[in-house]
Amino acid sequence: MTVDLTGREYPDVGPYHVGSEDIRNFATAVKNMHPLHHDLEAARAAGHKDLVAPPTYLVTIAQRAEALMVNDPEAEVDFSRVVHADQRFTHHRAVVAGDELFAQATVTSAKELAGNRLLTTATEITNADRAPIATITSTLLIRG
Amino acid sequence: MPALENLTKGDVIATRTIGINRADLIRYAGASKDFNPIHWSDATAELAELPGVIAHGMLSMGLAVDVVTEWTNDPTAIIDYQTRFSAMVPVDETTENFDPARPFENPYPGAVLNVTAKIGAINQETHVVRVDLSVTNPSDDDARVLTRAQVQVQF
Repeated sequence: MTVDLTGREYPDVGPYHVGSEDIRNFATAVKNMHPLHHDLEAARAAGHKDLVAPPTYLVTIAQRAEALMVNDPEAEVDFSRVVHADQRFTHHRAVVAGDELFAQATVTSAKELAGNRLLTTATEITNADRAPIATITSTLLIRG
Repeated sequence: MPALENLTKGDVIATRTIGINRADLIRYAGASKDFNPIHWSDATAELAELPGVIAHGMLSMGLAVDVVTEWTNDPTAIIDYQTRFSAMVPVDETTENFDPARPFENPYPGAVLNVTAKIGAINQETHVVRVDLSVTNPSDDDARVLTRAQVQVQF
């Protein structure tokens, strides 16, 4: 039996500087071609100070925070046996290029099910003023 | 944004067929910084006893939501998006009629996702509409790739 990680809080990761080319690259990779992700003039015309991140963009930042759990020796995660079980993004405010973000992951659930392990994290994304930007929940299944 | 009063629960608001190639997996790995080799190495996928190189779950999730962005014409209206990942998507390497200069325009994608978006619920008080996404893989008996994929849209 491995250590019960439930409730374990990992330190803040950041600052993460959101860049406009990073938004364009990510948006292109998920084929999200809306002009707000690509065209600065369109983003400004819609009232944003810069390009707007796509709905799933923050996974790139959240996974850095989650990596602290994946790499935690007590979590005993064999990365080659990890499968993504679920994911949720709750957005409190839009992310735009120029933002400086921090991510802090907490293990909210650690379970064993039919020989597999399920580890759920909640990652709070905050900005430079530590205002809430998004809450990102993710469950990893480690195949037994 | 469409007009809230014109929406009815059950309405299909969009459908889309999305091809995925090996090049898309490499590009997503780079853009997301998720370099797990099960998404690009056949040898690693085999060692991990997977049905082949598989798409990142987050790639399928990111691809599927675009129908909602297009429908709202405002990505910031998407205030919540969740899913379970219920079937892996093996992505074959396909080379027939493939132009190496255009790796993302492969005429025979290594996998295909069929996406249908329906109005799942309308909250008249909060003006939040839930859009339910069906995302299936026609090469795998129409297996549901995403399950309970729900997008909350603020009107």
